[in-house]
Amino acid sequence: MHVGNYIGLVQSSEQQLANAFAQVADHHGDEPDIYQVCQTLSGWSQQHVTDLQPLVDRYAATKNDEPDRLSQTLFKEPRSGGLALLRDLHDLYLLASEVELCWVVLLQAARGLRHQELESRCEEFDKTTKRQITWLMTRIKQAAPQTLIVAE
Amino acid sequence: MEQTRDSITDIWGERTPHFGDWPVRVDRRTTAEPDHWVQSACVLCSNGCGLEIGVKDGCIVGVRGLDRDPINHGRLGPKGLHGWEANHSPDRLTKPLIRRNGVLEEASWDEAMSLIVERSKAIIQQHTSLAMGFYTSGQLFLEEYYTLAVLGKAGLSTPHMDGNTRLCTATAAAALKQSFGSDGQPGSYIDLDTTDTILHVGHNIASQHTVLWMRILDRLAGPNPPKLIVIDPRRTFTAEKAHIHLAPRVGTNVPVLNGLLHLLIEAGQIDQTYIDAHTIGFDELKKMVSSWTPERVEALTGVSADQMREAARLLGSTKTLVSSALQGVYQSMQATAAAVQVNNIHLIRGLIGRPGCGIYQMNGQPTAQNTRETGADGDMPGFRNSGNPEHMNQLARLWNVDVRKIPHWSPPTHAMQIWRYAEQGSIKFMWISATNPAVSMPELARIRRILQKEDLFIVVQDAFMTETARYADVVLPAAIWGEKTGCMTNVDRTVHLTQKAIEPPGEAKSDLEIFVDYSRRMDFRDKDGAPLIKWDTAEGAFAAWKECTRGRPCDYTGMSYEKLRRGGIQWPCNDEHPDGTSHLYTDGVFHTSADDCEAYGFDMTTGGAVTPEEYKANDPKGKAFIRAIDYEPPHEEPDQDYPLWLTTGRLVYHFHTRTKTSRSRALDEAAPDSFVQIAREDADRYGIAEGDLIEVESRRGRVIEPARIGDIEQGLVFIPFHYGYWDDPKRSRAANELTLTEWDPVSKQPHFKYAAVRIRKASAADERELVADQAGLFPETGTNTLNK
Ligand code: SF4
Repeated sequence: MHVGNYIGLVQSSEQQLANAFAQVADHHGDEPDIYQVCQTLSGWSQQHVTDLQPLVDRYAATKNDEPDRLSQTLFKEPRSGGLALLRDLHDLYLLASEVELCWVVLLQAARGLRHQELESRCEEFDKTTKRQITWLMTRIKQAAPQTLIVAE
Repeated sequence: MEQTRDSITDIWGERTPHFGDWPVRVDRRTTAEPDHWVQSACVLCSNGCGLEIGVKDGCIVGVRGLDRDPINHGRLGPKGLHGWEANHSPDRLTKPLIRRNGVLEEASWDEAMSLIVERSKAIIQQHTSLAMGFYTSGQLFLEEYYTLAVLGKAGLSTPHMDGNTRLCTATAAAALKQSFGSDGQPGSYIDLDTTDTILHVGHNIASQHTVLWMRILDRLAGPNPPKLIVIDPRRTFTAEKAHIHLAPRVGTNVPVLNGLLHLLIEAGQIDQTYIDAHTIGFDELKKMVSSWTPERVEALTGVSADQMREAARLLGSTKTLVSSALQGVYQSMQATAAAVQVNNIHLIRGLIGRPGCGIYQMNGQPTAQNTRETGADGDMPGFRNSGNPEHMNQLARLWNVDVRKIPHWSPPTHAMQIWRYAEQGSIKFMWISATNPAVSMPELARIRRILQKEDLFIVVQDAFMTETARYADVVLPAAIWGEKTGCMTNVDRTVHLTQKAIEPPGEAKSDLEIFVDYSRRMDFRDKDGAPLIKWDTAEGAFAAWKECTRGRPCDYTGMSYEKLRRGGIQWPCNDEHPDGTSHLYTDGVFHTSADDCEAYGFDMTTGGAVTPEEYKANDPKGKAFIRAIDYEPPHEEPDQDYPLWLTTGRLVYHFHTRTKTSRSRALDEAAPDSFVQIAREDADRYGIAEGDLIEVESRRGRVIEPARIGDIEQGLVFIPFHYGYWDDPKRSRAANELTLTEWDPVSKQPHFKYAAVRIRKASAADERELVADQAGLFPETGTNTLNK
């Protein structure tokens, strides 16, 4: 049974996402919206990390190192400016998608196990992650033309 | 001089008590006997009072309220009675100016327009139209905005168009779209004549909409007076008259409104039949607000549990209700969220779509509604949905252009983002019409830095040498109200025709003429090679606009200038409703169906856009949205270093940055200077006496203001935002030196209503210390314009 493995995976992915949102908030504070929204979204992921703990304990989740490969390539140096913002949003989108995919995988397992609590928790978490993704997509769509076509 | 009343000392005039029919009272102020009168409407707030302009020997000599006008029944407030004096102010701009060797010098129209066109073409060639930005106003006329919208969207195809309406009423539009699927106020001012209860949220109507307040004062003085509930942290003129005044701490509108909704639901004072038939989302709201008990609300907001219960009892038992919201909601934390809760009160009680029941998500500026309708603010004309391909095809057919020309592939760029792009250098051309961002935007030091950028070409089109115009590369002298013809639409959807009464001064031209001229010189054409802008006159533009609104919620097709000369008409006005429409949603069917809605909606916390597919999957098919949202604390809160809350706002005698109102002697004398209002307790704590000069400092800047003590909560300081530097450059005094660059995630309206500040008594030396660019004094050139 690898459910514990995936719960560990999603918890560490959420932690990375929380950190990444907070980092982007700091790097792009000059944008009128990035600081506040990214702080809020970071908080959501941080909340997931906390809320997942009972499940982590129950399934004796083993810490999974895999997703570190993602954030390592993604957020090395502080970046600022138009293109950097787009790249950071792009990377956040990938990180958030990673989390989203974990919920899908776990949700399938929960259904197979007919584990009501796990199922409803996953659905709930997934909703929040989807909202993060929706915002990222909206913001990326806005930034893309200006950044690729006119920004220096 | 003839004057029926002194509106400066007695703002609202004598009572004419009423219930039902509001009696006529014609207010008049003229300085000489006019040889003739020209029908128009007042352009100094969003109320839109009908009036006549008195003309003698080609000059305006006064105004009188229009007795048959449905909005004001002849009345006018202090701004309406005095503001016209600005037209004849000796410092009107009368010739175009071009910056040469750092100094603005007079030029001909041909030179100025050629320069603008040459720069436009060069910038577009090198960087595409995405380097072009337009920042307009809530002051032009409908025909002018529509022309600007068409040339921007189908000529240049830039998504970077917005107005200062973003600062004042973007939340009104966002809240209406989020709840009802489309912009457009559900009710009418006539609702005030019969309603049982009135709720003002963050709306100091007594100061902001003096004539509308007269209507309420007259109800209060008449038989069957309505009960008045006011939610406002300050004890305003409006709050003084309230039966119940809830004074929440800054930034806590949402908990108070959630608390009220909770009490209504808990007491079963809801219209379940209406909810079931005409709304979606009620269960979520019920769940969300259930934790907001009166005690919890009291602990967070300072509004007592008893007061909450009393207000809820009134709201829960009233058979009719008129609510209004303005800047106290719109410029605060969780702006759209709070505005939507006001809509929710009406929806869950079924108090909408019939006489006596109205919601006014107020506008600040007189023509803000038109900026939104026409798309001069980035929306799509006629409340069309940029995500709906059929809506975009309609525009493409109407303008006879390829649909791909219309920038609907990305969300429109909101004002704050336009300025950000300019700051970063990707917007290189900014055309500013009839507004003054150097005083009205948040965080002014930053705005001044942007305006001074070498790689930003700035066109300012205005009637006066504003603080902003000093930074321009080209200044175009504009004709204003009274000097040109056009329509404007007020808060309750009433369209007024304002007619030309006199010639503009010198070489000043109407904004319409200027935009048409630009479009011709840029050679914007449709698919068949005909000029894109096919009109030269206001009436021609109006005819084109009518076609654009056909079948849309704001349908103007049944109107004409001829008809409007008989009086204001409320849209929609079409074959079905030839005399206009007093109430929307009388059948409980809203503009929310997927093929009709103006927007697919946004996440209330993040602003993330709902996709067309998601929306269609749960098509509300005409049901209104009840949207639940929980409280979020403000992002900047008072702390040890900055222990007080700043809130900014308006005064009864002034409009926007006083460009016009301070050029009327009486209005200027009534409120000549800025000030800071503080509580008695805080005054004592800091050893401050009435009139002392105080330095107010935030993390972004500082101002020096004389103190006014009292009528405000402890811990809160208030500064009016009207005052800039053009007339009194002796000290740093613009409230927006202090405010935050931060916006509501849905409406993108900036948060002017809160910032953490500290205060101290200032010395005489502080007073004289002024950042040079605040005053627009640039020593290199020895002039008051910028050497750039
Ligand atoms: S209420 Fe507004 S529109 Fe009416 S006179 Fe006063 S400023 Fe003008």
